[in-house]
Amino acid sequence: MTDTPAPSRRMNMIEAINSAMDVAMTRDADVVVFGEDVGFFGGVFRATAGLQQKFGKTRSFDTPITECGIIGVAVGMAAYGLRPIPEIQFADYIYPALDQLVSEAARIRYRSAGQWHMPITVRSPFGGGIFGGQTHSQSPESIFTHVSGLKTVIPSTPYDAKGLLLAAIEDNDPVLFFEPKRIYNGPFDGHYDRPVQPWAKHPASEVPEGHYTIPLGKAALVREGQDLTVITYGTMVHVGLAAVEELGVDADVIDLRTLVPLDIDTIEASVKKTGRCVIIHEATRTSGFGAELAAQIQERCFYHLEAPIERVTGFDTPYPHSLEWAYFPGPIRIGMAIEKVMKD
Amino acid sequence: MNDSRGRNRPPLSLHIPEPPARPGEEADFSHIQVTPAGVAPRPDSFAAAHDLREMAFGLVRVLDDAGQAVGPWDPRLSPDALRTMLRDMALTRAFDDRMFRAQRQGKTSFYMKCTGEEAVAVAQTHALDREDMCFPSYRQQGILITRGHPLVGMINQIYSNKGDALKGRQLPIMYSSPEYGFFTVSGNLTTQLPQAVGWAMASASKGDSRIAAAWCGEGSTAEGDFHAAMTFATVYRAPVIINVVNNQWAISSFAGFAGGEATTFAARAIGYGIAGLRVDGNDALAVYAATAWAAERARTNNGPTLIEHFTYRAEGHSTSDDPSAYRSADEGVKWPLGDPIARLKAHLITIGEWDEDRHVAMDLELAESVKVAQKDAEKNGILGHGLHQPFETMFEDVFEKMPQHLKEQQAQMRAERMRKWPDGGQGQK
Ligand SMILES: Cc1ncc(C[n+]2csc(CCOP(=O)(O)OP(=O)(O)O)c2C)c(N)n1
Ligand SMILES: [Mg+2]
Repeated sequence: MTDTPAPSRRMNMIEAINSAMDVAMTRDADVVVFGEDVGFFGGVFRATAGLQQKFGKTRSFDTPITECGIIGVAVGMAAYGLRPIPEIQFADYIYPALDQLVSEAARIRYRSAGQWHMPITVRSPFGGGIFGGQTHSQSPESIFTHVSGLKTVIPSTPYDAKGLLLAAIEDNDPVLFFEPKRIYNGPFDGHYDRPVQPWAKHPASEVPEGHYTIPLGKAALVREGQDLTVITYGTMVHVGLAAVEELGVDADVIDLRTLVPLDIDTIEASVKKTGRCVIIHEATRTSGFGAELAAQIQERCFYHLEAPIERVTGFDTPYPHSLEWAYFPGPIRIGMAIEKVMKD
Repeated sequence: MNDSRGRNRPPLSLHIPEPPARPGEEADFSHIQVTPAGVAPRPDSFAAAHDLREMAFGLVRVLDDAGQAVGPWDPRLSPDALRTMLRDMALTRAFDDRMFRAQRQGKTSFYMKCTGEEAVAVAQTHALDREDMCFPSYRQQGILITRGHPLVGMINQIYSNKGDALKGRQLPIMYSSPEYGFFTVSGNLTTQLPQAVGWAMASASKGDSRIAAAWCGEGSTAEGDFHAAMTFATVYRAPVIINVVNNQWAISSFAGFAGGEATTFAARAIGYGIAGLRVDGNDALAVYAATAWAAERARTNNGPTLIEHFTYRAEGHSTSDDPSAYRSADEGVKWPLGDPIARLKAHLITIGEWDEDRHVAMDLELAESVKVAQKDAEKNGILGHGLHQPFETMFEDVFEKMPQHLKEQQAQMRAERMRKWPDGGQGQK
């Protein structure tokens, strides 16, 4: 954290994200936000609400419906010297922008030997649990972690969302900032049949109004224990924490916060301590980020492991509409994996 | 920043489009030029694209303010055909109203109406052959209704219940039906346009006689897929009709954010060398006639047509949207092209083929038929209440044959269900 943040107030994740952009736009006239329905209306999830009214139409504006265009012009604006924050309305709609992200934004620093750099932060709501069907539920993060030159950030609380988003905006490289939309309005323990909890009861909803950053590449140890390491991010931090408490396992729970660059030191220290590891993500299993984590952990901790590493993930199917909760990696799937890892 | 501000040149400024009116302001449609009905010329359907330029800037209209059908585009349909078209539009609206309410009652997650735009899908389906292939967006439920798709099946899909032909996999209204020539609707905008062109190219290359039609909104024309479709369509003279439904809004963004301030959407055709027609989308007869013209052009190997249907999205984008936050409240009443159902009804009454009593009776009958279908569908369950497809079906159709890793995941899912409900939980959420 940089300067002393005060005062603070209760925010949900949307308000915290909005506050981050407000602070960034106040401090730096080169920061601009744009995307489909982002300007006058303030975004379909209201994350950019009020920014156009406060900073004017050339700094917060609506765009044509073309994701490839949105990221392409972000690259051009960054080349001029602006610090663009394009929004892709749902991560499920990011694919038309892949060429501009993968072949362009990610590589321009490298191919120009540093003549140009791309301080772009692509914000996009992702993840399921809202009955959004297969085109409003996907978790495509590992498509981007696979690309050299892109950073990937995923917050799990309002406090982290604001600090990480400010760090992403101030970073001079392109960042994919995926916002877990299921927890925009409150944390979620994975029990879909229980009443929804608001953020107000959660300590991390106390968010400074001013500027602060949380460094990219630094994980958070959100629970400390001796017997097991649970590694996760986004919505699944809350689901994983609840599962650990319900099973009464004495576990470290690591919230990665940033996938690339990865805080492997925190992971290594924890797994060497506990000798057991469960990785949780909502994204599909095959070639998911869990595979990368498992590979790196066995490289560094093989002789400390007491049991094979378990991955708890979404299934390798498109996200189904009606069977959403049978698909979602909830408390039962996590519990079964933990039992397996703890068995002997 | 290494800029040249301060040099002796005027500063540049960035144009950001702004609609004529926002909430709290009076609706303003003074920028819309409404060509009188009957004046647009009707060129031959085999005319060269460059001779059709002006069609992209005018407005094909048949129904005048007095309820008469006038001019060269009057398709001269029989009263029976007109009544069927009216009925199909009214049924589409009745269906939308009831399904919108079902979503509000918590019976499903989502719904999208096409209120005010019924003429587009309904009149076009009347003008196409039953065998022609449709690649719709999410707002052409009128195609299925006009082709007589059972309402129960549509509601089963909306409820994602155990009767749903799509096995509860798709968001409500993302229908799919090969039997009714209706390609599976995608949530990703405009992907269907190049697909329609590809289908049409295949049909042409096989010496088939069927043509394809595709629909997207005016906002969606910004997507690269629209331009890819236009390029392929012109290069191969594909027998396809590309429909741009310009309902003025794309969620909260007015048509200016898709380029509508500078030119018309029909004029997109000109740069590609494609025939472009701009049509009063709330005039079922104009929509019918333009579609019949484009279909004839395609069937005679004269290539594709782009039709802009000029209409108005009379309600919210979807059940997740509240338009009062971004557009003037009285736009709907001030919209200069009226309501498509009211206009066709007035025409039928004017020519002595319809009356108010019959209309009221028809609306009652249609509302009742939707209600009956809804009751039938509810026997198969509503969303989130247990009567869904078997859990195992989640893993089917990812591939033709289920690979080992999916079989293992299916077994995992079964084990999870057994843990939650020892009977396997098939009746559960
Ligand atoms: C690729 C993609 N980007 C964004 C969206 C989100 N989205 C859904 S509908 C819509 C507006 C479309 O407007 P328009 O094309 O005018 O069609 P209308 O809804 O007016 O019929 C947007 C932005 C999407 N579904 N797919
Ligand atoms: Mg539209």
